Amino acid sequence: MSDTAPVNTRRESKPGKARTSFNEGTARLAAVLLSPTLIVLALVVLYPIVSALRESLYTSGTKLDANGFVVKGSTFVGLDNYAAIFKGDTGHRFWTAFYNTTFFTVTCVVLETVLGVAMALIMHKAFKGRSIVRASILVPWAIPTVVSALLWKWIFQADGIANNILGTQILWSTDGWQAKLSVIVADTWKTAPFIGLLVLAGLQTIPAEVYEAAKVDGASVLQTFRRITLPLVRPALLVAVLFRILDTLRIFDLPFVLVGPHKGSVETLSMLGYDEAFNTRYGPAAAYATVLFLYVAAVAYVFVKLLGADVIGEARAKKPGGGSRRQRKRAAALAAAPQAGLTSVGGGV
Amino acid sequence: MRFERSHTRRAVAFGVAGSLVLLASACGGDSGDKNTSGGGGALEGRGPITFATGKDTSGFLPKQVAAWNSQHPDEKVEIKELPENANDQRQQMVQNAQNQSDAFSVLNMDVVWTSEFAANQWIEQLPEDKFPDLPKLIPATVETAKYRDKLYAVPITSDGGLLYYRKDLLDQAGVQVPKTWDEMLAACLAVQAKVPSAKGMSCYAGQFEKYEGLTVNFSEAINSAGGVVVDKDGKANVDTPEALAGLEELTKGFSTGAIPKAAITYKEEEGRRAFQEGKLLFHRNWPYVYALAQKTDGSSKIVNKFGVAPLPGKSGPGVSSLGGHDYAISKFAKNKATAVDFINFMASEARQKVNLSGSSQAPTYASLYDDPALNKQFPYLAPLKASILGAQPRPRVVKYGDVTAAIQDAAYNALSGKTPPKQALTDLQAKLSSLITQ
Repeated sequence: MSDTAPVNTRRESKPGKARTSFNEGTARLAAVLLSPTLIVLALVVLYPIVSALRESLYTSGTKLDANGFVVKGSTFVGLDNYAAIFKGDTGHRFWTAFYNTTFFTVTCVVLETVLGVAMALIMHKAFKGRSIVRASILVPWAIPTVVSALLWKWIFQADGIANNILGTQILWSTDGWQAKLSVIVADTWKTAPFIGLLVLAGLQTIPAEVYEAAKVDGASVLQTFRRITLPLVRPALLVAVLFRILDTLRIFDLPFVLVGPHKGSVETLSMLGYDEAFNTRYGPAAAYATVLFLYVAAVAYVFVKLLGADVIGEARAKKPGGGSRRQRKRAAALAAAPQAGLTSVGGGV
Repeated sequence: MRFERSHTRRAVAFGVAGSLVLLASACGGDSGDKNTSGGGGALEGRGPITFATGKDTSGFLPKQVAAWNSQHPDEKVEIKELPENANDQRQQMVQNAQNQSDAFSVLNMDVVWTSEFAANQWIEQLPEDKFPDLPKLIPATVETAKYRDKLYAVPITSDGGLLYYRKDLLDQAGVQVPKTWDEMLAACLAVQAKVPSAKGMSCYAGQFEKYEGLTVNFSEAINSAGGVVVDKDGKANVDTPEALAGLEELTKGFSTGAIPKAAITYKEEEGRRAFQEGKLLFHRNWPYVYALAQKTDGSSKIVNKFGVAPLPGKSGPGVSSLGGHDYAISKFAKNKATAVDFINFMASEARQKVNLSGSSQAPTYASLYDDPALNKQFPYLAPLKASILGAQPRPRVVKYGDVTAAIQDAAYNALSGKTPPKQALTDLQAKLSSLITQ
């Protein structure tokens, strides 16, 4: 591959013996230099995960003694906290939340992708006042979620702007499809610019010659978009979509603030975990968190495997050389892309 | 096990900051300080303390504390301001207790938290003889500070629901201020028939969005019809004809349009705005609305056009749910003797009086409601006294968070027409029974 080949050549050119000792020294130095980072990572990432897994196997504070005091200490209950999630009323609530979470993820991400790409295409065009358009498209993304939730709550009030403009009397925050719709609208408004931003970065790496060649060949606008823009912007787009999927799977603040807690139509998996923790049942809360963690991990894995989202630069290394003209073009474009440079450095380590 | 686990939580709570040091100490095994820090219930020790309280929107609290500090230079009180949102305050207090931290000495707690905090032994049980003002406080407010008949806190502020009504329109129609629900409906129909400007107004609204306010309004409807949610013995008893009559009063209001459809989205502020804009004839809200509805900056269209009365009930005066705050002493605090004195200081008649006129928070000291000067400053004091004297606490249960969520579920489903009222109460009874017996 064009971007990794020069690195290999450079390594090969070093004299054999010197290289080994140099590498050994480098490895030791690398280990020493990286150890603070690894320790910090272990403390802030690994330790909480292990701790949460452990917590999810215990319960505490569920029984009262004869004097009405909560019995202290915690009991090991094995997988009971997990089993309880899927049983009876709780199970019903869980599957509703699971459905909501998935529904929001699919709907919002599809809408955001379509709108985001459209935004990127507009932002990419050279026209007067382009910087103003770019800035204004990015404003929603810059607003904290809770603030945007309050903003939309105001819009969706019974006597709010939404009803005024639509000429309707819909009570948006009541349990039902309208609550779902309000969350989707608010989420799309806020995060479509995120996809737009990442896709714009991808668009800017596509060399102008490719488009000129297409023009010379007499390709239509639609053809250019489908055959050139989309394939070349695909790596950036897939990363953006992956981020949005992971983000939306743990959606919490928007439905919580915009619609409110305990409303079946917008309750998500994060909200269930929050509810348990709020009532000081940390064991079940940790179990919910773990289930959500596994779901997110599974979705991310499937996404990366199926669509080959190029998050860490693996996909490119596996592709056979040569290939179609499109692939070769893509590789060339990637070599020029700033993130391609980043990933090849990452691969070198 | 207990030691290990509280250590784990502590480490998580401190998080990134001192994680290295802390992890080392967590691996060091059990430490003995956890047992001794409880203090064994003796309210001893003098010195500086802290006062954990929600964000003080009136800005008056520092003056109260300064008055104490100037008299007690060696036992100064430091205010620890928590967020404005009650749930966030509770969360910080719970976290403080679970870390067994001495950062908070006196806790300014919402009345509904007492049972949970007492049952978990996060707050000290208080000997009643150490609080001389206690007999002079309104009995219903003192009840909120008890768990299983033992005192755990001292009520400092209270709150009760009031019926705000459009005095101008009632006068024009020549009807009396209603004392029962039937009278209220009749008054509303009379006003709508006789006063042209009242056309299109709705009769009544309270707080019916799915949040704590719904628990308040639901309990009031049921208590006002002679029912209970949780009885004197602490058992759920909500599947009764009385409770059904109370709930049906609300569902009927929604189905006949006496209560506007939009009221299902009302919290305090939405309701207040509707009342101030002249959309409601009667409105149930807290005393804070009075001053705002009287504002002459143009925000209110009903300045000098409304009055306040105690809540109406099924066949007589209604029963309000109690609001307000109690002061408790954290189990893990230092200088608890100072904390007792500080609570007594804040509970005293003189301090409560100053607090009422400075922050307009309703006092728990009964005699203050009859003070002529204060009545002039706060014209709603007389109906508020009636409201609080007859008020009932919301269910006093350890799992309050779960109980109030279950109540909101049942009430919301009934009010939005998803479940028939009878079914909602049967479901709620089953849910509450399982939550309370555990």
